[in-house]
Amino acid sequence: MPDPTNGAVTKPVSLYRRAMNQAATAFAILAAILVIVPLLAIFVYLLIKGVGALDWAFLTQTPKPVGEAGGGMANAIVGSGVILGIASLIGIPVGIGCGVYLAEYARGRLGDVVRFTADVLNGVPSIVIGIAVYSLIVVRQKHFSAFSGGIALAIMMVPTVARATEEMLLMVPNNVREAAFGLGIPKWRTTLSITLRTASAGVITGCMLAFARIAGETAPLLFTAFGNQFWNKNPNQPTAALPLQIYTYAISPYDEWHRQAWAGALILIIMIVVAVAAVRLTTSRGTLKGAS
Amino acid sequence: MGVGIEVRGLNAWYGKNLALKSIDMTVPANHVTAVIGPSGCGKSTFVRCLNRMHETVREARAEGVVKVGEMEVYGPGTDPVQIRRRIGMVFQKPNPFPTMSIYDNVAAGLRLNGFRNRKQMDELVERSLKLSALWDEVKDTLHKKSGASLSGGQQQRLCIARSLAVEPEVLLMDEPASALDPISTSKIEELIFQLKQHYTVVIVTHNMQQAARVAEFTGFFLMGSLIEYDKTEKIFTTPADKRTEDYITGRFG
Repeated sequence: MPDPTNGAVTKPVSLYRRAMNQAATAFAILAAILVIVPLLAIFVYLLIKGVGALDWAFLTQTPKPVGEAGGGMANAIVGSGVILGIASLIGIPVGIGCGVYLAEYARGRLGDVVRFTADVLNGVPSIVIGIAVYSLIVVRQKHFSAFSGGIALAIMMVPTVARATEEMLLMVPNNVREAAFGLGIPKWRTTLSITLRTASAGVITGCMLAFARIAGETAPLLFTAFGNQFWNKNPNQPTAALPLQIYTYAISPYDEWHRQAWAGALILIIMIVVAVAAVRLTTSRGTLKGAS
Repeated sequence: MGVGIEVRGLNAWYGKNLALKSIDMTVPANHVTAVIGPSGCGKSTFVRCLNRMHETVREARAEGVVKVGEMEVYGPGTDPVQIRRRIGMVFQKPNPFPTMSIYDNVAAGLRLNGFRNRKQMDELVERSLKLSALWDEVKDTLHKKSGASLSGGQQQRLCIARSLAVEPEVLLMDEPASALDPISTSKIEELIFQLKQHYTVVIVTHNMQQAARVAEFTGFFLMGSLIEYDKTEKIFTTPADKRTEDYITGRFG
């Protein structure tokens, strides 16, 4: 058969190149394993330590006084849900709005200032945010509350959500925007219904990352939600939260409480996984064949 | 029905760079007019000025008189969004909305401009897809498949259907077939031929044979100026300007 390449393609690949190829592949696989191992290890360890104290009472009852066996963290589970709900309701819209501004509208100075501020805010230690909200809201209201806790966590969410939204929007090719402009769709409509929609998968991932990050935060809640050993249905009152409860129980001298702290940590992780998975499932259900 | 376009003294800039120099051109209604010229000669900029897409690029601006039918495109108080509703545009690279179904792609222009009537929308979508000769290929997967799942040629016809659905009077096409294979290209060309019954079509093309095939009138651009504008036949057989002749005979560009 005639071969216009003179055997350049069919010649055997040198041993060196084959070895390099395999080394690179092995390195990539190793790195992938190293990412999975810590998560699995943590989860398995929590399972071993926590599953013993996990029963129906743990999920349905409030904490018992020291010395009494049993009791649970039901109030903290619900409290965490309320605080995270408040944080998401504030943090996600503000963060997405900020990201949209940065990607679609910001020109010149103000954009740079906002972007820089978001990056700095992202680096502020969570305990500092807790203290700031404490002095701005808790001190003035003269009581702790789920609201102030939610606001502290929302402040932590905003920069993550904003930067993720901005980056995802910038990845939407400009010809998609042009297509919409060409149809006579106004800019605000294009941004909401076309650009943001095209980037929605990435934006949702950003929101979930931010959510998962704040769900385990303890420090900002110490000064804001404060914690509560009893049921509290008023978000304007001190409210229990899982991370706080875990913290309190873990530093206590009682074995029973230690076991419950492990169970609480397990529940917290499961809550995060379930929330993230639920959002993923509901948002990917409408995905079309061949959509990119 | 299509309307004619009058262009008088149109200048366009990118920053300080003058990209179009005082263009005068009259585009007749319900005909296909081709715009040809080498890369960077301003032909894309020219059509983008006709529906005020040019100014969506940062630091780009345009000045001059453009009349589309009775509408002053650069008149004071003219809303560019309104202009673009009446002047459809098809781009070089097929750009369907990637997360939308085929149906939603075609309906997008109507829906996002506040059109709500479901039955009428169904009809308009079907009519547009039939006009763009895509209906038979997609009628069974209208809601199931994403616009991005179609082949390149189908995507471009989808984009044409999307532009037609809002019922424009003028259709601007910026190298609509340059990213497509010969079979898809001939489908698009056939389509352009059909479209002129209802629309005024302005098509930018790199491909001189294409201009000769589809257009009744052809304008030749060079370095931001309109060098020659005449009946297509005349341009390709007996051009008046030496530079036009050099270009169409392949001596440069």
